[in-house]
Amino acid sequence: MSRVRVLVGTRKGAFVLTSDGARAQWDISGPHFAGWEIYHLKGSPADPNRLYASQSSGWFGQVIQRSNDGGKTWQPAGNAFAYDGVPGTHQWYDGTQHPWEFKRVWHLEPSLADPDTVYAGAEDAALFRSTDGGQTWRELPGLRGHGSGPSWAPGAGGMCLHTIVQHPSDPRRIFIAISAAGVFRTDDAGETWRPMNRGLRSEGIPDPNAEVGHCVHRIAMHPSRPSVLFMQKHWDVMRSDDAGESWHEVSGNLPTDFGFPIDVHAHEPDTIYVVPIKSDSEHYPPEGKLRVYRSRTGGHDWEALTNGLPQRDCYVNVLRDAMAVDSLDPCGVYFGTSGGQVYASANAGDAWAPIVRDLPAVVSVEVQTLP
Amino acid sequence: MIRVVLPAHLRTLAGVRREVELQIEGRATQRAMLDALEAAYPMLRGTIRDHLTQQRRPLVRFFACERDLSQESPDAPLPDAVAKGEQPFLIVGAMAGG
Repeated sequence: MSRVRVLVGTRKGAFVLTSDGARAQWDISGPHFAGWEIYHLKGSPADPNRLYASQSSGWFGQVIQRSNDGGKTWQPAGNAFAYDGVPGTHQWYDGTQHPWEFKRVWHLEPSLADPDTVYAGAEDAALFRSTDGGQTWRELPGLRGHGSGPSWAPGAGGMCLHTIVQHPSDPRRIFIAISAAGVFRTDDAGETWRPMNRGLRSEGIPDPNAEVGHCVHRIAMHPSRPSVLFMQKHWDVMRSDDAGESWHEVSGNLPTDFGFPIDVHAHEPDTIYVVPIKSDSEHYPPEGKLRVYRSRTGGHDWEALTNGLPQRDCYVNVLRDAMAVDSLDPCGVYFGTSGGQVYASANAGDAWAPIVRDLPAVVSVEVQTLP
Repeated sequence: MIRVVLPAHLRTLAGVRREVELQIEGRATQRAMLDALEAAYPMLRGTIRDHLTQQRRPLVRFFACERDLSQESPDAPLPDAVAKGEQPFLIVGAMAGG
């Protein structure tokens, strides 16, 4: 019988939640790396027992952890993240230029084919790759070398490369997203990159239609249809039908189109999920009601999913990496909150229940579906 | 033999108790002590001083013999009592937060 393993990164450690295919009873393991900020954990699609975790601390910097047994034991891996060449400068909050400085790894994306190859998205924004299981890291400098780097600026959370999406069958094509620069795509395995932001409109930047400078919060793809991308931008939910070449808005009837995560149903490429947040200055659900919104039409038409979620006095946030889906049938959907709850739905969002209620603030949620 | 006391998070990371003991060849300096510490516990590389610049991380402090040695040159000799193992060298996470 299939099982699921939910990997939860929090402000004060990592937790591993496991269940059988019914997804009703859960075992909780953790905190791992207690007291450290765990921005992200993710398992290798090629070897589900190989996990990577980004562990960081304002005092002691960045650590990368690796597990070869599905999270039972962990070993520190390499943590030397050096920018290639002279790092240069990017735009600071006040519009002046500021030196590029490595702060932390926001997101780890293991290769689809090789457990020893893993990508790391960093703050200040850059993409690193390891091909030896995380022991050594090398920047893919073509991204920062694209030429627009000096115009990239930090969002409120820092200038982070937070999303890495690999094409399911063409290892040369990768999408990344940076706050606040936008989406970039490589078609040559990271040597060169092009901005993919046509159609985005952001009122908070001098030129609302600029080629770069957009605060993209998250992008998602269904592997069966890799030319279609969905995006939760700072404001606006967007869709691309041409692999990022152009975007159009699909916010439709959402109560607010601000938010952080966006994800796609495992078996229905036109079923997508977002968590609307009131605004960029009020990071909590509108009306104190925690609602996941689902569109079964690839956007525009959205329905509120509320069964099992608090519908009064709820003022938590759901961060960009804190939603995931399993590949069971029916599809499981999971998300974690800044209030420490991890909610799960074993029926594609129709009903929800908390797996845990009182973890530290949740930063990331990933799910592995295991045989 | 030099005794080094690590902060709780680094003890967990290195899998050691509160105090570790290091043998240093030659002159006992802060740099030699940190080199020996990182050689014995490679997972601590980058957590006390920057990989590239070898500068002390800004929120890490060095205390010994009731003195703050954080601003000392890395190549200055450690206090005699530390070099002889009579007093520990304390690596401390700076007090921050509420």
